[in-house]
Formats: sequence, C-alpha cells, structure tokens
Amino acid sequence: MIEICRKNLPAILLLLLGGAFFALGILRAENFTVFTKAVNLCLECIGIG
Amino acid sequence: MGRGKGGLRLWVQAGWTALTNGYAAGFLGGKIYTGPLKNLCVPGLSCYSCPGALGACPIGALQAVLGSRGFRFSFYVLGFLMMVGALLGRFVCGWLCPFGLVQDLLHKIPLGKKRKTLPGEKWLRRLRYLVLLVFVILLPLYAVDFIGQGQPWFCKYICPAGTLTAGLPLVSQNAALQEAVGWLFGWKNLVLLLLVLLSVLLWRPFCRYLCPLGAVYGLFNPIAFRRMQVKTENCTSCGACQRACKLDIPVWKTPNSPDCVRCGDCKKSCPHKALL
Repeated sequence: MIEICRKNLPAILLLLLGGAFFALGILRAENFTVFTKAVNLCLECIGIG
Repeated sequence: MGRGKGGLRLWVQAGWTALTNGYAAGFLGGKIYTGPLKNLCVPGLSCYSCPGALGACPIGALQAVLGSRGFRFSFYVLGFLMMVGALLGRFVCGWLCPFGLVQDLLHKIPLGKKRKTLPGEKWLRRLRYLVLLVFVILLPLYAVDFIGQGQPWFCKYICPAGTLTAGLPLVSQNAALQEAVGWLFGWKNLVLLLLVLLSVLLWRPFCRYLCPLGAVYGLFNPIAFRRMQVKTENCTSCGACQRACKLDIPVWKTPNSPDCVRCGDCKKSCPHKALL
C-alpha cells in the first residue's frame, strides 16, 4: 500500500488538490454558471451565432 | 485476445456515449435536457447542446465560467480536470470520448490509403496547445463585450462535436433555427466535413491536432494512476509497439507521451510483454 502511494504520489496530490478546487468552485457557485449555460441552447455551439 | 480487447474498447466507448448522451426524449423532440445533472461535467468532449447530453462539456464549461462576468478563474472546472487527469490521463480520450468514438468508426471505413502521420506532424500536434491557450482561455477571458461577457470561442469557431451532435440534429428539427443559419453554420460544417474526411484516412485527426481537452489530459499522462511502464529487462527496442501505434508513438521510449490515448494496441503487439 505504501509502495503504491509512493509511486503515485504526484497523482494523489493532484487528485486532492483537484478535489479541493472542485469544492471551492461549488462554494463560489461556479457550477450554477455551468448549469445555466448547459441547460440553455448554446447558439455558438451549434453554429448559429 | 488482442481482437477481444479492441472490441472491448469499442463497447466501452459506445456504452459510455449511450450513458452520457442517452436522453432519447431530446432527440425525439429536438430539445435539450435541462435537469440537475447538467451541473456536472462529463470527462470527454461532449457538447451540452446535444439533444441527448445529460452532462456538461468540460471545455464548454471552462469557457462559460471564464467568459462570465463573475469569474476570472474556474476552480470548479479546473478541479474536475485535475481529478480526472490524475486518475486517467488521456485514457478518457481513448475510451470515454463520444467524438473519439465517431473518429474511430470513421477510420474503420475501408477507403483510401491509411496514413499514420501528415507532413509537419510534430508541429501540427502542438496546435492543440495553441487552441487551448487562445480559443479556450485567452479569448473568452479578454475578448469581452461592453458588459464584460466573453464568448465560447472554441465552441463557436472550431468544435466539430458541437456541430455533429448538436448543430445538425437541432437545426434539422427546428424551423426557426433553420432560418437563422448563416455563414458560421457553413464554416462549422466545413470544419466538421474536413475532419470527417481526414478521419477516414488518418486515425483521430481532431484528437491529435486540435482537441484542447486532449491537450489538458495529455499533461497528466506521465503521472496519472492509469499510466504505462516499460519493463526494461524485457524490452528489446524492436519497435513493434511503434509499428502497432496508430499515432506512431515510439512507446518503448516514451510510454507516457502526451499524444497517447491509451488504446492499448502497443501492449497487445509487444512480443516480449514489456509494456505494463
């Protein structure tokens, strides 16, 4: 187990940092911006404007 | 055995695409899903305006947050990309991306002479970093209108997944959208058409040259949990892995190249079982 952790230390650190960023993003309500964009038809995405 | 694993990848790709883009009512009614799952990003490039999409595209989401008035940085999307990247790297591209599946299927069409590379391949592969930096980050952040809102430049001018999975199905079913069609729709369809034609001859041209999501995940390839190792005591540098690699990566030298999408062809081809 320790060997696995040692071999994957950068991945573990990035995973933890990513988790912290993700949680901070939710605290800042960034997911609401994503949600608002995603539930409305994105005219740019479909090539209208 | 080898054939079986290739088949497994195709099944996983198809299953994942059906799971994340399986909102049948959207396709039938020409509408998009508007439920709470759209708070979440999916790992692959998958347009949130696709009628079947149940989640948000991480590249679209990143541009939406960066281009909004409230935020100049997206902890939410970057955190998501870091978590997925640290776990899987570009395994996502090879196994979990709907547009990757489309390109894989196109490449199976037995037409023309299949190629492994294009002239200037090395430089073309760096284009995806430029696309990421300019179209996904800088332009949405700094090319803003008078109220400080940016546009999703990558989605608007480049993304072929949006054209294929959202633009074409929605425009074909909606008279009002058909009336609004202009030069941009033509341009996006031209980009899509070029990539479709190229995909028949060359494996995954969009992934290797243009995909900003692949550019991000590729950076994680050397450290991700899902990475490769060369068993040096077994490797004879025979080059069988590179010959099997559709991206022409010298796997025995760079097993965790940022170009590698973890299709697994190299592992299957190694006569010495040197790739782990």
